[in-house]
Amino acid sequence: MKIVVPIKRVIDHNVRVRPTADGTGVDSASVKMAINPFCEIALEEAVRLKERGLASEVLVVTIGTAAAQEQLRGALAVGADRALLIETERALEPLAVARTLARIVEEERPGLALLGKQAIDSDDNQVGQMLAALLGWPQATFASALELEGAKARVTREVDGGMVTLELALPAVVTADLRLNEPRYARLPDIMKAKKKPIERRALEEMALDLPAQTEVLAVETPTPRQRGVILDSVDALIDKLRNVEKVIP
Amino acid sequence: MSSLILIEHHDGRVSPACARVVAAARKIGAPIEALVAGYRVDEVAAQAARLDGVSRVLVADDARYADQLAEPLATLLAAHAKRYGYLLAAASTFGKDVLPRAAALAGVGQISEVIEVVDPATFKRPIHAGALVATVRSDAPLKVLSIRATAFESVGEQAPAPIETVEAQGEALGARFVESHREASERPELTAARVVVSGGRGLGSKQNFSLLEGVAGKLDAAIGASRAAVDAGYVPNELQVGQTGKIVAPDLYIAVGISGAMQHLAGMQGAKVIVAINRDEEAPIFQVADYGLVGDLFELLPELERKL
Repeated sequence: MKIVVPIKRVIDHNVRVRPTADGTGVDSASVKMAINPFCEIALEEAVRLKERGLASEVLVVTIGTAAAQEQLRGALAVGADRALLIETERALEPLAVARTLARIVEEERPGLALLGKQAIDSDDNQVGQMLAALLGWPQATFASALELEGAKARVTREVDGGMVTLELALPAVVTADLRLNEPRYARLPDIMKAKKKPIERRALEEMALDLPAQTEVLAVETPTPRQRGVILDSVDALIDKLRNVEKVIP
Repeated sequence: MSSLILIEHHDGRVSPACARVVAAARKIGAPIEALVAGYRVDEVAAQAARLDGVSRVLVADDARYADQLAEPLATLLAAHAKRYGYLLAAASTFGKDVLPRAAALAGVGQISEVIEVVDPATFKRPIHAGALVATVRSDAPLKVLSIRATAFESVGEQAPAPIETVEAQGEALGARFVESHREASERPELTAARVVVSGGRGLGSKQNFSLLEGVAGKLDAAIGASRAAVDAGYVPNELQVGQTGKIVAPDLYIAVGISGAMQHLAGMQGAKVIVAINRDEEAPIFQVADYGLVGDLFELLPELERKL
């Protein structure tokens, strides 16, 4: 069984992001980029399934500029077998991403599409669910445990107030939450080997997909920061403030 | 063009977030309808009909919705979507699961985690874990919005709106519910509580985490946790506050032994009053706290509990 893992190149989570000078985007000029952490978890899970003999091939795919090859190489270094770059200068909305991925899935016919639950830049949390909808596949979002048994996947989901376990008939879409696994670091020899592996490249524009833009970003701003408050010298002073100034405790 | 709200419900009760989603829909200004899908949900429908601003409730009552699987729910929602200008749900794990699937079936995008309705086509939403706020305009004929409930005040009650039955549709497509584990808690629900007491790695152990119980009990507070505390195994994941956990906006948030990582701040910056108790006066949490106590939490917490 083949597993497709779509990944996204994002600004590294340690970078303090700023709006662009014109205030309509996020300044990504000369900042450190990385594979989105949730995509990393999805990839790790796929590689582990292959190592346990439950998958035959892991295909990692990203949609973006030529620069995203860096993240694909990183994915090859931790165990992906093939990498595909769908090249475009456009920043696609989640539905357009899902439509593009659906085309790839129809061509590749994997038994499982494993994605991160959300990208830490746009924080949309949509692509996996949309991909499942377009393919007519069942879905399990926010997975913290995944077992494959024959033609079925058993998935534990982290939801508000607890855990839910679902069983999905394959092929299916699963999106990874934080506690699905701890991604490994690439070993140096594997990084060197990954440099020699081919990356397949296709132009998005040649795929003849209908990908209209439906939203326009008018502004990106830093939210008004909270004012730094005061350090108090005693519990009594704190209780006084909460009771008599803020009136948030009786 | 009306708005349709997907009602979230558990154990026969409408989720408290729904009253806040109705508030967001009221800001849009279009007539509001609600969709209740579930199995034996008469009482849920009756509660939804009393949400102030809802003009009609549609009910799809069928065993296929008993487990609230995304597959049949999204199909049902998308089938009704054609008649509306807006589809809304809370950005809870339930809403996040169902809504994008319905949007894709309806052939439109979604705007996630809306925190402000600027006008009927323009919305604000946090990006990069709340480090930035984007203002986006949608020209889609159907605007699908997940609502960050904590950013809106709950609506009150009204005389019940009419309730109509609609045909059940949608299949599970090979998904099957196996089981669920809900942590039974004496404490109020985290996202709805007026006071939240959260603990971090500074508490040092699972046993020490119970120190929060005393203060929480005195304040009728929910208990929360930082990701570090969850990762260290002190508490289960459903208590996690932050970018990838729960977003809370209580009147009072007390952060105990929490350093204040960006992703944690993303989950609690909407609180009216923030109190930080931490040994390290350089901890970033003090930059957002209204009041801070610098010192040993193992002395300060019991004292606070005693004096409340």
